[in-house]
Amino acid sequence: MTTPEDIIDTLSFFDSWEDRYKYMIDLGKSLPPMDDALKTEERLVPGCQSLVWIEPTFENDKFSFQVDSDALIVRGLLAIVMAAYNNKSSQQIIEFDIQNYFSQLDLIKHLSPTRGNGLQAMVEKIKQLATSYS
Amino acid sequence: MNNITALDNQTNAKRKFDIKEVRSDFPILNEKVHNQSLIYLDNGATSQKPQTVIDAIDNYYQHFNSNVHRGAHALSDKATELFENARVKVQNFIRANSREEIIWTRGTTESINLVAQTWGRENIGAGDEIIVTTLEHHSNIVPWQILCESVGARLLPVNIKTNGELDYEHFTQLLSAKTKLVAVGHISNALGVINPVEDMIKAAHQVGAKVLIDGAQAAPHLVIDVQQLDCDFYAFSGHKMFAPTGIGVLYGKRDLLDAMPPWHGGGEMIEKVSFSGTTFNKLPYKFEAGTPNIEGSIAMAAAIDYLEQFDRDGMTEYEMDLINYATEKAQSIPEMKIIGSDCNKTSVLSFIIEGCHSQDVGMILDQQGIAVRTGHHCAMPLMDALDLKGTIRASFSFYNTKQEVDKLFEALEKAKQFLM
Repeated sequence: MTTPEDIIDTLSFFDSWEDRYKYMIDLGKSLPPMDDALKTEERLVPGCQSLVWIEPTFENDKFSFQVDSDALIVRGLLAIVMAAYNNKSSQQIIEFDIQNYFSQLDLIKHLSPTRGNGLQAMVEKIKQLATSYS
Repeated sequence: MNNITALDNQTNAKRKFDIKEVRSDFPILNEKVHNQSLIYLDNGATSQKPQTVIDAIDNYYQHFNSNVHRGAHALSDKATELFENARVKVQNFIRANSREEIIWTRGTTESINLVAQTWGRENIGAGDEIIVTTLEHHSNIVPWQILCESVGARLLPVNIKTNGELDYEHFTQLLSAKTKLVAVGHISNALGVINPVEDMIKAAHQVGAKVLIDGAQAAPHLVIDVQQLDCDFYAFSGHKMFAPTGIGVLYGKRDLLDAMPPWHGGGEMIEKVSFSGTTFNKLPYKFEAGTPNIEGSIAMAAAIDYLEQFDRDGMTEYEMDLINYATEKAQSIPEMKIIGSDCNKTSVLSFIIEGCHSQDVGMILDQQGIAVRTGHHCAMPLMDALDLKGTIRASFSFYNTKQEVDKLFEALEKAKQFLM
């Protein structure tokens, strides 16, 4: 399973934006798609330009998430977030510094609420869930 | 006196439109983004500012900063003179009949809200109808929805045809004795389609309705003549026509403005205040409560001076040349579908790449230094009507070039390679 460290290593290895984006797009393509039936209004995270859905499951003290987006690069960003949050306990999720992670990846601008890609809202939602289960 | 000014402008020799020189007037065009030369194709969202506009703000704060209309000292007199001269400049720019018909606002949105909350509340009641079009920006929909909800009126949208053009026949079907107002954009922000506002104004007047034109997208591209149009209200923003943000204009026919109650209360808009009652100032000050955006107004005058030094029809021609070139190039990409085509339009290329999400395309263009807008363009009802989630919008200005169009298409090819 891809870890945040793997992603940091890989992305820091590339020196052109082309390679970085190709990698993110590949991550997006490899993210398992969500069943269309699950893509409902209730699972939608507010975003302006692209749609993001999330379905959390809590089992054996760990969270797992099904996530999807209609935009490919956002799917890549979701895969990057999932490397940090999927199959983790609420404590692990709360303790993970996602801002620092995105800074290291030079992707922090995508975590801004003004980007309108729903990513930031999704991260907030996951953190809230983790807090309510801790 | 105003007529003499207008004549002077006509007789003065116009500056030759030299694209290299024009580009050097806009310092931001030399910026690099993501280590690449900026290609700014988001003019529909906001325009860049020429040095003369930037200097006007700077000059104001270095030499004239003072509150207006207080008349207590030399600086205030000078600031007032510049501020009021700017109003006359705007009056001539849109060929209004008098300076009293020019109200400073924060922008198009505020201008439309002003009309909705003053003229609208006085003149629109239960059972009345307001007509807008499916092409409108949210700013020309939501103020009317708020009004309709509070007074019990109905908001009726004119349909569009599949090419993005307004369905004029549907418009005439919607018009009736119940129609109190037609609020329509001069040019669609999302598609660049120019609406037949002259005909619409005539038709609306025949049923006794008033007409408000949202001119936000028209002011930077077309020569506006409110008297020839015979519109009742015309709203536009400074920032889309090379002036700063936070300054805009509401034009209204004088008899309408005179009869309208004030909106915001405060300083400047009053004649006499006492606890037994307050009387209001005359036009245009009745609608200008509080200290205005003085530097914005002065810089807007500088933007008008900048535009009017050129033959504006020639600039429009140059922009049309760019959009025609881009439209032709679009044929080289089979997956590219232009939204808003085969109709009277301005220099906007709104399109989708089939099989690619517009946001993904926008991000790949951004990495290549190209600024476009992606998404619904604050026109969600239009996107719904076209059954689209959004488009990619390249909106050109007179400082863009064919080389930039070429680079846009190279960048789009790259986006396709990445995403498909």
